[in-house]
Amino acid sequence: MKLYLSTAPHIRSGANTQVLMRDVLIALLPTTVAGIYYFGLSAAMVIAISIFSCVLFEYLWQRITKQPVRISDLSAAVTGLILGLNLPSTAPWWMPVIGALFAIVITKQLFGGIGDNFLNPALLARAVLLASWPARMTGATAYAVPTCWSGADAVTSATPLAGYEASTMDLFLGNIPGSIGEVCKVAILIGLVYLLVRKVISWRIPVTFLAVFALLSALVGQNALNELLMGGVLFGAVFMATDYTTSPMNPRGQFIYAALCGVLVCVIRNFGAYPEGVTYAILIGNIVTPLIDKYDKPRLYGRLKKEKKEVTANA
Amino acid sequence: MPKKEKSLSSVFMNGIIAENPTLRLVLGTCPTLATTTSAINAVGMGAAATFVLVGSNVVISLLRNIIPDKVRIPAFIAVICTFVTMVQMFMQAFVPSLYESLGMFIPLIVVNCIILARAEAFASKNGVAASAADGLGMGCGFTLAITVIAIIREILGNGTVFGLNVFGAGYEPMLLMILAPGGFLVFGGVLAVTNLITARAEAKKKDEKGVIHA
Repeated sequence: MKLYLSTAPHIRSGANTQVLMRDVLIALLPTTVAGIYYFGLSAAMVIAISIFSCVLFEYLWQRITKQPVRISDLSAAVTGLILGLNLPSTAPWWMPVIGALFAIVITKQLFGGIGDNFLNPALLARAVLLASWPARMTGATAYAVPTCWSGADAVTSATPLAGYEASTMDLFLGNIPGSIGEVCKVAILIGLVYLLVRKVISWRIPVTFLAVFALLSALVGQNALNELLMGGVLFGAVFMATDYTTSPMNPRGQFIYAALCGVLVCVIRNFGAYPEGVTYAILIGNIVTPLIDKYDKPRLYGRLKKEKKEVTANA
Repeated sequence: MPKKEKSLSSVFMNGIIAENPTLRLVLGTCPTLATTTSAINAVGMGAAATFVLVGSNVVISLLRNIIPDKVRIPAFIAVICTFVTMVQMFMQAFVPSLYESLGMFIPLIVVNCIILARAEAFASKNGVAASAADGLGMGCGFTLAITVIAIIREILGNGTVFGLNVFGAGYEPMLLMILAPGGFLVFGGVLAVTNLITARAEAKKKDEKGVIHA
């Protein structure tokens, strides 16, 4: 037997950015397929343009600023895919391009690149697009009713949150107007299970987020199940609130963060001006994250709580 | 008083480039963000502020040996208020539409920190001619900077420059740029470009002087 002497860490996993991002891409695959199934070729175009422009902007920025080009870590591709899934299938080609510019250059690279952005890039891009072209992102003409490749002409409608009538089953399967990625809840749940099994994310953020949201929705007199199945709350809780960079590091902080997001979605939906509040809820959660991390430091190993207090009292 | 009198033209240019109040000193950011929603608003704001700057600089320079040091700030404010009231009444009478669209921000010129800063830092220590040149330079620098920001915001957020359509009917304006976040974004962007240009110019100067830097 051979013994090695080395400094920590002693247990290494093979995980690196590329492997994690590839897992996220795989987890998003069912959602992507479902979105393209429901909304047809235009959805595929929006997603493709979004991924392509995100990767291109990352490449160009890193070339222009003379950094090593790291598009092979797939993080830009994940941002692009999530951004594409956040848009309506009716979005014209320039919307994912401008979204990608805001996501990659302004939110991510200007703040220092991967790991240094304080907001989720895809979400900020969505918020920018929502504020800039409200008629294309919300309202009765923004979202297409699924055609499922039947060859029928696409008809636009309000989303279920804004009055579209749909059965609970349709809400669950995704046969409703909405953003490309948010409609099919089955596909999102498959993605969630994959991410949990591969240990890419922990259950804490998505489960707390959704539980707090459902509980609060029931308290304000809504049908909690339908509320969970409408809009982007499931997609947001699984794929966007769990972004490593913009969510707290420690378990207790993650519970606080996720609960805050859940409360905010419910508050915005029921008392705010917008029909849907997932984007802003998670962005506010992102902004609060550094504060949560600051006050939620784990106790140092071997140190007692009392001892800590004494130290501060003496100081 | 500086020992070596600077020429009036260099005092004037100082306000436009080396110490541009908006882009180098980063003063007066409130009107910069609030009135740059269209180019015409920015020019109107810049002209009004320039008038007040020149007027208050001249009067404060004239009174600089009379005003007791302890009450100089209230005295400066009183002088500035006089000019702001004049400009406000003038605009209300002759350019009512601009007056309407600038609204609250005209009386707020009183608390524009560029004007108080120049009164304190320059006019109270220099002669009348130099103070007038400083006021004019600072005013022009302010006007130029906010007009550049406003043109960018108006093009993106409304598809127009000074009200003239630039992109044709097919352009869908990016509303965000007219809203408050657009002001911060464009201001930040213009500041960043200015810093980049200044840093490059300084590096070049050093190179020319033959200074070796790592």
